Amino acid sequence: MPGKLKAKIVAGRHLPVMDRASDLTDAFVEVKFGNTTFKTDVCPKSLNPQWNSEWFKFEVDDEDLQDEPLQITVLDHDTYSANDAIGKVYIDIDPLLCSEAASVISGWFPIYDTIHGIRGEINVLVKVELFNDLNRFRQSSCGVKFFCTTSIPRCYRAAMVHGFVEELVVNEDPEYQWIDRIRTPRASNEARQRLISLMSGELQRKIGLKVLEMGGNAVVGYLQCFDLEGESGLVVRAIGTACTLDKLSSGSAPNTNTHVHPNTAPASNACNSPSKDGKEPVFGEDLPSFSGPPTPFRALPTSSSSPPPFSPSKPCSRQSSSSDTDLSLTPKTGMGSGGSAGKEAGPLKTLLRQQTQTALEQREFPFFTLTSFPPGFLVHVGGVVSARSVKLLDRIHNPDEPETRDAWWEEIRQEIKSHAKALGCHAVVGYSESTSICEEVCILSASGTAAILNPRYMREGCLDIGSTDHRFEEPSPPSCGFCHIPYDELNMPFPAQLTYCYHCRRQKVPDVLFTTIDMPPEAAVTGKGCLIQARLCRLKKKAQGEVNATAISNLLPFMEYELHTQLMNKLKLRSMNALFGLHIQISVGENMLLGLASATGVYLTALPAPGGIQIAGKTPGDLSNEHHILTIQKRINDTITKNKELYQINPPELTEEVVGSPIPEPRQRSRLFRSHSESSDELSELDLSHGKKDAFVLEIDDTDAVEDIHSLLTDAPPPTGFYSCNTEIMPGIYNWTTGVQMFTSVRVFRLSNANLTNQGLNKIFTDLCENLLKSFYFKLRSMIPCCLCHLNFTVAVPEEELIQVAVTAVAMTFDKDQTQEKPADKPVTKGCSETEEQLQFPLELCADSSSITTQTSSKISGVPESTNVSPRAASVDYGSFADRCSTWLELLRLKAHTIRRGSVKTSRRTQSLAHSVSSLERSSPLPEGRSRSLRSNRSFGGSSVPVVKMTPLSFLPGTRIIKYLGIINMFFIRETTSLREEGGVSGFLHSFIAEVFAMVRAHVAALGGNAVVSYSMKECVLMENPNKNQAQCLINVSGDAVICVIETDQESMPSTINVVQTCSSGADGAT
Amino acid sequence: MAVELDVFVGNTTIMDEEVYQLWLDGYTVNDAVKVRMEGGVLEEFEASADVLLSDTMDQYRTFQMCERLLHSPAKLANQLLFQIPPHRQAILIERYYAFDDAFVREVLGKKLSKGTKKDLDDISAKTSVTLKSCRRQFDNFKRVFKVVEELKGPLVENIRQHFLLSDKLARDYAAIVFFANNRFETGKRKLQYLTFQDFAFCAGQLINSWTIGAVDNMVEDMDVDLDKEFLQELKELKILITDKDLLDQHKSLVCTALRGKTKAFNEMEARANFKAFAFETFIEPCRSDRWTASDMRLYLTHYTNSAHILDTFKHQVVWDRYMGVIKSCIFKMYHD
Repeated sequence: MPGKLKAKIVAGRHLPVMDRASDLTDAFVEVKFGNTTFKTDVCPKSLNPQWNSEWFKFEVDDEDLQDEPLQITVLDHDTYSANDAIGKVYIDIDPLLCSEAASVISGWFPIYDTIHGIRGEINVLVKVELFNDLNRFRQSSCGVKFFCTTSIPRCYRAAMVHGFVEELVVNEDPEYQWIDRIRTPRASNEARQRLISLMSGELQRKIGLKVLEMGGNAVVGYLQCFDLEGESGLVVRAIGTACTLDKLSSGSAPNTNTHVHPNTAPASNACNSPSKDGKEPVFGEDLPSFSGPPTPFRALPTSSSSPPPFSPSKPCSRQSSSSDTDLSLTPKTGMGSGGSAGKEAGPLKTLLRQQTQTALEQREFPFFTLTSFPPGFLVHVGGVVSARSVKLLDRIHNPDEPETRDAWWEEIRQEIKSHAKALGCHAVVGYSESTSICEEVCILSASGTAAILNPRYMREGCLDIGSTDHRFEEPSPPSCGFCHIPYDELNMPFPAQLTYCYHCRRQKVPDVLFTTIDMPPEAAVTGKGCLIQARLCRLKKKAQGEVNATAISNLLPFMEYELHTQLMNKLKLRSMNALFGLHIQISVGENMLLGLASATGVYLTALPAPGGIQIAGKTPGDLSNEHHILTIQKRINDTITKNKELYQINPPELTEEVVGSPIPEPRQRSRLFRSHSESSDELSELDLSHGKKDAFVLEIDDTDAVEDIHSLLTDAPPPTGFYSCNTEIMPGIYNWTTGVQMFTSVRVFRLSNANLTNQGLNKIFTDLCENLLKSFYFKLRSMIPCCLCHLNFTVAVPEEELIQVAVTAVAMTFDKDQTQEKPADKPVTKGCSETEEQLQFPLELCADSSSITTQTSSKISGVPESTNVSPRAASVDYGSFADRCSTWLELLRLKAHTIRRGSVKTSRRTQSLAHSVSSLERSSPLPEGRSRSLRSNRSFGGSSVPVVKMTPLSFLPGTRIIKYLGIINMFFIRETTSLREEGGVSGFLHSFIAEVFAMVRAHVAALGGNAVVSYSMKECVLMENPNKNQAQCLINVSGDAVICVIETDQESMPSTINVVQTCSSGADGAT
Repeated sequence: MAVELDVFVGNTTIMDEEVYQLWLDGYTVNDAVKVRMEGGVLEEFEASADVLLSDTMDQYRTFQMCERLLHSPAKLANQLLFQIPPHRQAILIERYYAFDDAFVREVLGKKLSKGTKKDLDDISAKTSVTLKSCRRQFDNFKRVFKVVEELKGPLVENIRQHFLLSDKLARDYAAIVFFANNRFETGKRKLQYLTFQDFAFCAGQLINSWTIGAVDNMVEDMDVDLDKEFLQELKELKILITDKDLLDQHKSLVCTALRGKTKAFNEMEARANFKAFAFETFIEPCRSDRWTASDMRLYLTHYTNSAHILDTFKHQVVWDRYMGVIKSCIFKMYHD
C-alpha cells in the first residue's frame, strides 16, 4: 500500500433547489476513488449545507493514484425514489504526488453536471500520504513533474535535456458502445469524461516511467491530445521533452548538481533519482555514445543527394575564431565550380554536427517540444519541417490496440527526422503533432523546426552553463548565430538565396527564415513584428474510403504550397524576413479542406532586407493590362511603405563609412563588399539559387491571380495602439505592464447552399478570420496600448457547411512611451544597435529581385495549375522525402513541406546567465507603476473568491513564478436538450466556456495557486442539432498551475525568496 | 445570418458600462447597436457594424447570465462563474438596482402585486421607460420588499447589507418599501408635482421618527409599520383643535410672534386655524396663495414653538415627535 488518500467534505453553497415543494435540497455527498465509495450524512433542507465530514481514507497503489481521479458526487436524498444527482467534481490528485508541487488541495469547486452545467459549489479538502516504495519494477512514476510550458520553467534550471517522450493509449469510446443506446445522455457523458480522465492519468504515468528510464525528472512542453475516432476508438496521445530540472534556490545563482530539496519524502525519491542513485545505471548505457570518438559515418547526413564530404578528422576547434574565418572565406573558393561539391563547407558545422549527432543519434527521435531554449542551446536553425499522412480509420485491424497508431506516428516522425537531416540538422525543435478527423479519414500532421543544438545539454557533466563557461566558448558575434545556415551551401536542400549575415558578416544566412519556435530572446530585430496568416479553402468531392483519402492526399501538397506562397507574399508585403511560431493547420471536412497558417513575422536584423513584390503580366504589350498591372503594383508598393512605417521597420541607410567600420578583418571585408556590389551576373556566383527567388514575383495571368493579389491587400493592419502575434511575446516590445486579459472566442460560419468556388470560399474564410481579429481589437480597446499575444487559431469543419474557428489568446498591456527605449542592460539593445550600424547592403536585394523577374515568374505561376505534373500516385500515404527527386514537382513539394530556410545563431551571449533567465521580467523598466497596478489587482483578492489569472504564455508580466503546483488537464462534456432556452448555440457555448474557465480557476485556487500559465484549449468540438433543440460540446484545456508574486524592486526579492523556500520545505514536510 | 455562432469569453469578464446601461434600459440588441453607432464608437475605433453587433450580443449574453446572480447580489461576490473585479461588481449591482424616477413615481404606494405588474405596460407607455426595464425595476422593488419584510433590524441597513447597495440607494429602497407597505397614495393629482425624492425624504423622516423602530430596534417590520402607540397618542393632540381655548391661545401666540415679520401675515393669520396637517389641506392652499418657502419655515417654527408655551397643553413629547416630522416634510414638499 504505497499511498493513502484522504478527503474531507466540508460544505456546500448555492446548491440548486431539488425539492420543488420546500424550495430546498437534502444534499449528501459520495466520495469515490477506484472502487471504494464513502458517503456523508444527509444535510437536510439546506441550499448551503455544512457536512464537515470525517476524513475519508483510501488506501491505494500509487499507480492508481496516478491514473484515477477523485470523484465527488453531490446528490439530493429522496426517501421514496432514487436519489437525484446534483453534479460531480473530478479532482486530479497528481499534483499531490510530487513533493515540489502542491501539498494539499483545499477550496471551493464548482459542482458540474453535464446537462445543467455548474450547480453550486462544494468545499473539499484532499491530502495524500505516500509511503516509501522500494519496488524497482514499479509501474508508477510518481514525482515526475509535468509542464505544459514549452520552455524551461521559470524557477528551474535545465541540468540536462534528455529528449523526446511519447505515448499513446486507445480505448473504446463509450459514446459508441452498445450500452449507449439504453443509458441516459448524462450517464454516457460521465462515462466519457471519466474514461478520458483515466486515460490521461495512465498516459501521464507511462510517460513518467519513460522519463525515469531516461534518467530525467520532468517533462517539459507536455502536449496531450485526444482523437475522437468514432467507431474505431478514442485515442489519447501525448508528446513532451524529458528533462532533468533543478530547482533554483534564487533567481540569480543556479546551484550545481545538488538538489535543493533533501530526500525526505518518498515521493521526492523519484524526483531526485537522476542526480542520485538513479543516475549511474541510466547513463551507463548512454555514456559511450557521448564520449566515444565520433564515428565518421554518423557525422554524414544521410540524405542521399547531399553528402557534404567533409573530413571529420580535420583539426579545427569549435572555439577558435579561425574556423569562422575559414567558413566565411570558403565560398570564394568553392563558388566558381558551380556548386558540384564544396570541399571545406564548414568545419565548424561539421564538428558540431558530429558531436551533437552522436549525442542525438542514440535517440530514436531527436525531437524537442520546446519552443524557447536556455541560452546557448540552439545553435543553428535550418527551417520548418513538416509531414502529413492520410489514414483510413476503418482499416485498423485491431482498433483496441495502440500498435497501428503507433506505427503511423512512427512513420511520420521518421519522415520529419529525414527532412531535418536533409536540412543538415540533427534535431527538430518546436515539434508538435496534430490530427484532423472526418468520418473515417484522418490526417496526421507533424511539424517542427530543423535545428542544430549544442550537445552540452544532452551530455552529463555540462550542467553548468554559467557565465564563465560560455564566455570564452565562441567569440563569434552574439544574437545572429541561429540565423546562420546549418546546411551545406553548395548542396542546398532547397533553392535559397544566401548572403553574408548582416550582423557578423562572417557566415551565410538565408534571405528568409521560417521557424515554429519562439524568437530567441537574444535575436536582434528591427521594428516590431506582426501576426501573419495564410488562409485557404479547397473544395473536394464528397467521397468514401480510399477514393476520399486519395483525393485528400492529392490536394495536400498544393495546399501547402499555396499557404507557403501566401505567407511569403504577406511577409514581403510587410517588409519582413522571418517567421516565428509558424503553425500550419489543415482541417478536413466532408466537402472541403481548410488550411490556416499562422506565424509572427519580424525583420531580423541579421537577415537581408526583403525586396518588394513585383507584379508581372503574362502578356506584355497589352496596354490596358499593363495599366492594370501598374496600378496594382503601385498599391502594393504603397502598402509596403505603409507597413514599414506601421511596424517601424527602418533599417538605417548604409553609408560607405559604416560599411568600412565594424568588420574585423579588412581583407575579408573588402572582398565581401566587392562581391556584393558586383553586377547581377556575378552575383549568381555568390548565390546559386537566384533563379528560384519566387516569392518576389507575382504573375497575373488570370482572374485567380488577381483575386489572390487582392486578398493579399485586404488584410487590414491592426488599429493604432494594437499589435498582434502568435508567439509568446511580440518581438520589439519590451516593457510589458501588468494588464492581462486571456480570452477564448469561437465562431461558426454557415455556408450558403449556393455553388461555391474555391475563391468564394477563400474570401469567406479570410473574412471570418479578419473579422474575428477586428472584434478582438474592438472589445479590448480599453487596454490600448496593448498586444494580442499567442493568438492561437484552430479551424475545423464540424459539418458539411460549417466552418468553425476557435481562438485563444491573451491581451497584454505595455508602456507605450517607453517602447523605443529599451533598458540599457538588455543584450538585445546592444545587438540591435550594433547590427544596425553594420547593416550594409539593404539596397542590393531590390536590384536583384527586379533583375530576375522574368525568369522566375514563368516558373512560379505555371506550376500549381499545370496539369501535366501528375502529383504522386494515389497512395493514401503521401510525401516521403527520403528519395529526393529532381523533377519539378518534387522540388515544389519539397518546398511546400520543408518550409524553408535555415539560419544559425551562435547564441552565446556575453551576458551572464542570470540576466537571460529573467530578462523578460526585468525588461520592464517601470517597477513602481507596475507594482502599484498589481497591488491594486491584488486588493481584489479581498473578495471571497481568489483571483486566478490565466494566460497562454509561460509567464505573467510583472510577476515572478515562485512555484509550479502541477499540471492542469481537464476534459469536459456539456450537453443540452433545451438549446433555445439556453440562448441558442451561442448562449450554450458561451456559458460552457465560462464554466470551463471557472472550473480551471477553482482547481488552481484549491491547489494554492493564483495563476495558470501556458493555458491552452486543445479541443473544442461542438455538435448541434437545432431542429431537435440539442447540442453537445467537448472541451479539453490544459496549463500549469503556479504561484506567482509581484516582482518588485530588489529589496523585496529576498523576502519573497524566503517565502518560496519555506513554502517548498513545508511541502516536503507535509508529504 | 451566416454567422451561426459567435462567442467571446474573457477570463476576467469584459463589460462595457455603456452597453450595460442599454441593456438595463431594455433596448433590444439591434436598438442598442443603433444607439452605439450613433454614439460614435465606430469612428472612434475603426470597426464595422458587424463588430458592434457581435460585441453587443456577447455582452447581452453575459448580462443575462449575470442577472440570476444580481437577484441576490451577495452571491455575485462568491460565485465562481464570472471573474469580476469587486469595483465592477459594485457598479453592476448599483446600476441594476437603480431605477427611473418617473417609473417609481407611478408605482410608489401601490401594492407590489401581480395586479400592478399587469399595469406595467400602461406605465411603460406613460413614462416612456421600456417595458423590459419597467419589469426589472418592478421586480427589484418586489424582491427587496420580500427579503426585507421578514428581517429584523433597521430597514436601510438591511437593504444595504442584503443587496450591497450604496447608502443613498438603500435609503431610496427603504422609502419604496415603506410606501408600498403603508399604501400611502401618491398618485393623486394634487401630489403630481412632487418628485420621488420628496417622498423618499418624507419616508426617511417617518421611518426615523414615527415607526416602531424609532423606539425599539429589535422588532420585525420595525421600520415598515408606523408605531401604533404613537398614532394613538396623536389623537390626543387633537385637543389643540378641539379645545376652543387652547386653539385660540395658540393662535394668538403664533400671530404675535409672526406679526411684522412678513408681508403675508394677513393670509397666514387666516390660515392659522390649525387643522391637523394633511398634505392636501395645508400645502395645497399655501401654494395657491404663493407663500414663499421662508414664510413657510417661519410660520411652522412659530407654530411649533408656541405650542410649548401653552400651559395647558400636556403632550409636549408627542407634539415634538409629530411636528418635527411634519415640519421637515412640509419644507421638503413645499416647492414648485
